[in-house]
Amino acid sequence: MKKLDLRPRLSARIMDGAMKVALWAVALGFIAALLVVMGAILKQGWPVLNWGFLSKMPETLDAGGGVRPQLFNSIYLVALSLAGSLPIGIGAGIYMAEYAKEGRLTGFFRLCVETLSATPSIVLALFGLMVFVQALDWSFSIRSGACALAMLNIPILTRVTELSLRGVPQEMKEASYGLGATKLQTILRVLLPAAAPGLLTGTVLAAGRAFGESAVLVFTAGTNTSMTYPDFSLKAPGETLAVHLWYVVSDGTLPDAREIAAGTAAVMVLVLLVMNIVVRLLDRRLKRHAR
Amino acid sequence: MPDSILIEPVMEAPLHPTDRARLRAENLRVAYGPKEVLKGVSLDIPANQVTAIIGPSGCGKSTFLKCFNRIHELSGPAKVTGRIELDGRDLMAMREVELRRRVGMVFQKPNPFPKSIYDNVAFGPRLFGVRGRSDLDGAVEDGLRKAALWDEVKDRLADSAQGLSGGQQQRLCIARALAVQPEVLLMDEPCSALDPIATARIEELLFDLKRELTIVIVTHNMQQAARASDRTAFLWLGELVEEGPTETIFTNPGKPMTEDYITGRFG
Repeated sequence: MKKLDLRPRLSARIMDGAMKVALWAVALGFIAALLVVMGAILKQGWPVLNWGFLSKMPETLDAGGGVRPQLFNSIYLVALSLAGSLPIGIGAGIYMAEYAKEGRLTGFFRLCVETLSATPSIVLALFGLMVFVQALDWSFSIRSGACALAMLNIPILTRVTELSLRGVPQEMKEASYGLGATKLQTILRVLLPAAAPGLLTGTVLAAGRAFGESAVLVFTAGTNTSMTYPDFSLKAPGETLAVHLWYVVSDGTLPDAREIAAGTAAVMVLVLLVMNIVVRLLDRRLKRHAR
Repeated sequence: MPDSILIEPVMEAPLHPTDRARLRAENLRVAYGPKEVLKGVSLDIPANQVTAIIGPSGCGKSTFLKCFNRIHELSGPAKVTGRIELDGRDLMAMREVELRRRVGMVFQKPNPFPKSIYDNVAFGPRLFGVRGRSDLDGAVEDGLRKAALWDEVKDRLADSAQGLSGGQQQRLCIARALAVQPEVLLMDEPCSALDPIATARIEELLFDLKRELTIVIVTHNMQQAARASDRTAFLWLGELVEEGPTETIFTNPGKPMTEDYITGRFG
């Protein structure tokens, strides 16, 4: 037998080290970019941020307006849309992962879900305008916006739920069925708890996307706010922070449009930050048994 | 043992360990698509004994075992012909939930749920609506004691099951299976992922457990079959080559193929 040269190769070691450095550099670059963006937003927005900004009504022509109703509407709309889209999205995801038999119909359904989740939001916006605002005659309102946002969320949640459930090891299922569990018991007591961290991440992604969504809401929730506060009415107009940001910059009638925009952006970033911290804590609780 | 837990009303007069085989397969054939995994296996499994099923990889011994609580149905649509009985009843006609409560299973890889030790063992009784704190506590302790794990975990029942060692996890899975008070325990190479000490503990367990249960164990390990079982069945390429008392199979096998296999000439 020919004696092979099996000494460790220097080139392999160099590649290994080079790859490590390269990945570190990419990660560091990404973190740096993130910090620059966050820093720029907060730096510009900070001087504007005070209790007055958060608690005052917006102005239409004068400087010094606040974003109280927009902040309220943003959170209210996200909550409403999630309330509608979570049961439907998770339900559809459970169906796709556990009940649907692989076949043409299921394949077609999956294609639809994927296409829908990749649909440009401006297309959904026009759909919402035609269906909710015009056909149902709901005008520019919280309910139109919430339904349109739910349309945006449902496919994401469906997909995430299906993937999280499929990610639960087969052994967990066997263990559960092996003890005499029914399908529903297995889903509720084993699969969903095991998939909970994934579901949570998906929900946060959906909530974050809904919170930052502007195009869909410009055409469904509108660019006005209610005169009363807090207005829980579903029929009230529902301008959100993201829409407000777009509106003040593009409308340009406010003398302090730049400051208002910077402040609004900072508020959005801070809300998302808080949201993510809360979710981190929740996630840690959920994973306490899965080390 | 907490007798107060009635997990499920008795469906039919329960047969006592008697003359009759607890489990019986008659000309059992199982095929996944065109691939026939079991080609007509007939075997009686007597009550309160440990029956070992041995054979080389891919001989169908795992599939054979899984047929007895129909957990093989999870691995895709299988075509099953022939007859499988539990206490004389056609097992294919039973409700899975009832069957699997009575015929428990321990898998190759320890598979505790990502829950606390307590919740793992209480999982089964809870499925059947057992809610009372003292009933659950009793069932958990009983299961863990029978699986010889109680003393090691009694002070940390609320800890995650995933923090246990592999051998402890496997005994936890045994405790979990015992907590629904099954009549038969199927074990699919339960020690293949364990070290020799953990393996020995589980083999010791079998001696105690067979007083109350009928045990069927699939194993790759000849010594394990010889040490721990009362009867041995040798499967090869989906067919039963030979079965009988373990001592006979290992000292005086009837077929040359059996002898070749147990002496390590192939397999």
